[in-house]
Amino acid sequence: MTTTLEPTHLSTDVLIIGAGGAGMYAAIEAAKAGSNVLLADRSLIGRSGATVMAMMTVAVALGSQGPDAPAHHLADTLASGRGLCDERLARMLCEDGPECILELDEWGAGWARENGAIKSAHAPGHDRPRCVYVDFLNTGPAVSKTLRKVLHRHDSVRRVGDMLIVDLIKSKGVVTGAVAIEISTGRPVTIAAKATIIATGGLTRLYRRSSASFNMSGDGYALAMRAGARLIDMEFVQFFPIGHLAPRLIGLDPIMWDPFRYKLGGRLLNGNMEEFTERYGSSEDGRYVITRDAATYAITKEVAAGRGTPSGGAYLSFMHLSAETLNEAFGPVIKKLMANGIDLTKMPIEVSPIAHYHMGGVAVDEQMGTGIPGLYAAGEAVGGANGANRLSGNAITEVLAFGRRAGRSAAASIQNTVDQPEFDPGDAQAALERVQHADPDTRGRSINTAAMIAELQATMSDYVGPFKTEAGLKTALESIADLEDRLGDVPPGQPGAFEPSRIDWFDLRTMLPVARVVTQAALARTESRGAHQREDHPGMLDEWRCNQFVEWEADSPTIVRGPTITTQETAA
Amino acid sequence: MSELATLNIERGGNGATAQTETYEVPFEAGQSVLDGLRWIRVHKDPTLAFRFSCISANACKECMMRIDDKVVYACLARLEPRDMHIAPLSNKPLIRDLVTEIGPPAERL
Repeated sequence: MTTTLEPTHLSTDVLIIGAGGAGMYAAIEAAKAGSNVLLADRSLIGRSGATVMAMMTVAVALGSQGPDAPAHHLADTLASGRGLCDERLARMLCEDGPECILELDEWGAGWARENGAIKSAHAPGHDRPRCVYVDFLNTGPAVSKTLRKVLHRHDSVRRVGDMLIVDLIKSKGVVTGAVAIEISTGRPVTIAAKATIIATGGLTRLYRRSSASFNMSGDGYALAMRAGARLIDMEFVQFFPIGHLAPRLIGLDPIMWDPFRYKLGGRLLNGNMEEFTERYGSSEDGRYVITRDAATYAITKEVAAGRGTPSGGAYLSFMHLSAETLNEAFGPVIKKLMANGIDLTKMPIEVSPIAHYHMGGVAVDEQMGTGIPGLYAAGEAVGGANGANRLSGNAITEVLAFGRRAGRSAAASIQNTVDQPEFDPGDAQAALERVQHADPDTRGRSINTAAMIAELQATMSDYVGPFKTEAGLKTALESIADLEDRLGDVPPGQPGAFEPSRIDWFDLRTMLPVARVVTQAALARTESRGAHQREDHPGMLDEWRCNQFVEWEADSPTIVRGPTITTQETAA
Repeated sequence: MSELATLNIERGGNGATAQTETYEVPFEAGQSVLDGLRWIRVHKDPTLAFRFSCISANACKECMMRIDDKVVYACLARLEPRDMHIAPLSNKPLIRDLVTEIGPPAERL
């Protein structure tokens, strides 16, 4: 059965790719400013991405429970970023955060309160309590639900799920739209858009174990890079130090131990049941104060020294606490754990670093513009604000602040451009042909793209994880080159309804170049800083207090160095 | 010899003839049915279609299907070392294999 599916054509003012928190906030703002919006997501709207999976807190200097100001939040963000933050973006995150949180409060997000004031928790890396939350296990879903509810009030936003954007289309140097696949039918889609916002989140799917949704494949980085936009800081992948490792459990987010540590402390122990983080310069003492890069470093080193747990991580123990204390803090979760055969009063669980967030991403200006006319980015897809290590709680803040800004900027750009080039079907031809390519003899079994993704994840986890060496990174580049060769230029099988091997092929077309630039940037940076740790180059070097940018020329990426952007006030 | 879970999966849709295919999956205590389905894609058949997004965090609610005639989330159902029967939802239009049209009509093309 081979039938050519005719392309569907859509037209909009603003195309937003990704319906997580940043995409939804951008859609609301663009609609408020009078634009028609097409909000596209490769999964179902509002169910995927990272925001909905975020369990914890949002960092914001509200000063509702004690003195605080964005300048203090900025100081902590810059310190955590180990000298590499783009200060314009870090400042915007800290300064716009409070307004966004208060707007969400008006919209009924339901921030936890104490004596009427929005309540703040004290998270690692912050100089004071600054992290608001809804419920310790439910902050992301509540933010997501609130944005979704407000989105539904705007008739000028068209929401389309099951739509995978595979290429941006440029006409006369301007991004004028995109080519997509409607996953549920396999039908090609062309989209004419006066402005496009990339809100696709990060790249956690490059790794075996991750804390975000399965579909965070670095889509936006590949789209931006191929359209000629610059990427920044791609070597900085944040690992969440205490991701659940063993025993296996179902129905709980692997970063669930974060709230446990906030409320109850807990003890981080090695395979011999000894405290160990002080060996690496960070004392534990039963309190939750250790930053993510330091904890990841300590656990990885301890495992390498042969003092890991049976599954290759560290123990996290709450055995010193009573059943009453545990139940009072996390009753429903304790019940779920019991159903999984885990009694925290009798046994420690095993944890290890898990891919969590990407500090790097698309390089943008203060308006979230990428430098390519018509193209903007928002949320985690943006790089630079968090430098070499993101501060706890800044992820949702950047989702909100950058999403809002990008929506406004994209809408404003439409008012300002009179003779902007329009979408030209001729410029979309090559991308369209790739989506329509049919191999009538196979149904996507000529190559096993699912196995290739698993292979890439193994390579990235083993050689481009929390600890890197020159030899390992070179091995990774060879493996990536091999996968690139095997992938070829056209997808396997033929277009059809929900063809997973074909979707995986398009995902590998995204994941491989992104994996390549992460690895190349990590190989070039011959020092250790924040989330980037090189075993063969320990220690932070002054000469490396600079950013690395990825530039795309003649179908291949190049890494170039550039000065870190500081603002006058902090430089003085 | 390690234990196996035998997954009998109803496949078809979109013009293909409906049929049950059987896959044997290495069983490890604590795995979910979703883990088993993902193992099949990597090791046996990359064309097996099913929806999922959050990977066993009970957040996305995409992996709803029928397991032994009960409607459940595949990420919350335990894989067991026995014969299990897996089918798409019966009250939603079938797209392919275990994938049904569960998106709201207003959020489709």
